[in-house]
Amino acid sequence: MITAVASGKGGTGKTTVAASLATVWDGPVLGVDLDVEEPNLHLFLQPVIQGSQMAHMMVPAVEEAKCTYCGACSELCQFKAISVFNQVILTFPEMCHGCGGCMAICPEKAISSGQRELGEISWGRAGDVGFLAGKLRIGEAMSPPLMRMVKTRLDVMLAAEGGDAIIDAPPGVSCPAVNAVLDSDVILLVTEPTPFGVYDFILACEAFAPLGKPMGAVINRAGLGNDAIYRFCREKGLPILAEIPYDRAIAEAYARGRIIADLSAGLKSTFVALRDRIRDLTKPSQPQKAAHA
Amino acid sequence: MREIIIISGKGGTGKTSLTGAFGHLAANKIICDLDVDAPDLHLLLQPTHERQEEFYSGHEAEIVRDRCDGCGLCATMCQFGAIRENGAGFMVDPVRCEGCKVCVAFCPSEAIRFPEKHCGQWYVSATRFGPLVHAQLFPGAENSGRLVMILKQQAKELAKARGADLVLCDGAPGIGCPVISSLSGAHLAVAVTEPTPSGRHDLTRVAELCRHFQTAFAVIINKHDLNPEEAARIEAFCQAESYPVIARLPHDPLVTRAMVQGLVVTELPETAFSRELGHAWTRIEALAGLSR
Repeated sequence: MITAVASGKGGTGKTTVAASLATVWDGPVLGVDLDVEEPNLHLFLQPVIQGSQMAHMMVPAVEEAKCTYCGACSELCQFKAISVFNQVILTFPEMCHGCGGCMAICPEKAISSGQRELGEISWGRAGDVGFLAGKLRIGEAMSPPLMRMVKTRLDVMLAAEGGDAIIDAPPGVSCPAVNAVLDSDVILLVTEPTPFGVYDFILACEAFAPLGKPMGAVINRAGLGNDAIYRFCREKGLPILAEIPYDRAIAEAYARGRIIADLSAGLKSTFVALRDRIRDLTKPSQPQKAAHA
Repeated sequence: MREIIIISGKGGTGKTSLTGAFGHLAANKIICDLDVDAPDLHLLLQPTHERQEEFYSGHEAEIVRDRCDGCGLCATMCQFGAIRENGAGFMVDPVRCEGCKVCVAFCPSEAIRFPEKHCGQWYVSATRFGPLVHAQLFPGAENSGRLVMILKQQAKELAKARGADLVLCDGAPGIGCPVISSLSGAHLAVAVTEPTPSGRHDLTRVAELCRHFQTAFAVIINKHDLNPEEAARIEAFCQAESYPVIARLPHDPLVTRAMVQGLVVTELPETAFSRELGHAWTRIEALAGLSR
């Protein structure tokens, strides 16, 4: 089972929830950092890194001796990554999405596969918890290609070792966030009961609902702000799976890199209950409302 | 005319709350919300839309059932795993489709349509702090970098037309496409961070991004009393890299109280927090080369 922890608004506690859930998980589990722009899960799990590799994507490399400047490649490319003017052909590898269209359409077979560095993929262990993360190269604009490569590695690791995975997703509701939750079995939306938190939570629900996956909310900093989030969840029948109270002591512990499930017996039981509710949500026979209690 | 962008790396450090307050403090400016993915500034500024435009970006493949002969070439060629046989025929998964047109170009039966994608809306609005240029990308849509460029262009044109000498932008979290787009042409990036392991880690990455694009960089440490040791590490980092630290703000639920009322924090009765913000704004003006 793959649980994706997403949010809409940034800084609501995705990484906190993902790290805490991983430490209370009852069985083999992998913590996966798909927030490749700003990966933070390692700061809390503090894994021993066992391996890493650079990640590259395919971009066009032109063998100009073979090129007849027919322009078929630039006509097809939707991303302005290859251009032909008169007797000149230019590539803009930073713009390339790696579709391979130019290579396939070139009648002279003058375009082969070059590489663009996307970032780094690393893996390891933190005690009982497995670890996998992507880190985007600074200056690289596109995170989905690296995220797809991390997910490919995740499939390999899950096939080899079995167990479950918890994905720490990037904030927002556009392509990177959707990419992160796309292959999960259940989506946890972490929010805070503030106007910003609620607004972005509603956007996240709209973005992820079409995927047809079970979803549940985790309300962090409960007691701050107002009750709009509770009304929205009730109206939409979206179960609230856990609440973490607004407490300066929790904020300070987080600021010291602590995993908050370790802070007290009460917080630990909050995350144990959350884990069980996530499992209930993915049982096909169980209607979503049953997990609400 | 100067352009200032408020960024953070890590989300939730207080970018939007501070941008709203700076929007209150700044004179003669255009405000621009470049976090088109999860925009929140309008919740503080309560804009009245004066102009609304549709945002189209890229295309999306759609298989026409009647014309498809089921050869499956499209599914083989798609690098994004967006085309699958689902029993009833081949289908494009719009969530995975990148709009590359490869399937359209190679389909032997010309069975794939390629309509434009409607990705969101952008607005020019009036607010109590002056004009706001902002947008809403449809949830799940892509290409927010292009929308960021459109907003910046509109904000600059508006500033020129109205004789404003500043475009004040609220940026997106992260270091990817929307943030890179928002840095282009900016005179100063102000990063709002917090003294947490994630805050510091992400600050170093966004600082490196700004260095890469040669954008002047300054730092605000928000919630600075949450962890004094971590705050000291951030100060040391900034000193080593010669990034000015222009404010140290306390962790204060006041910011949320203002937000709940649809106000910015400098509109509430004066506190230590709002005084420090006032000093911060004076320093930002000086760093960005704005004269009063």
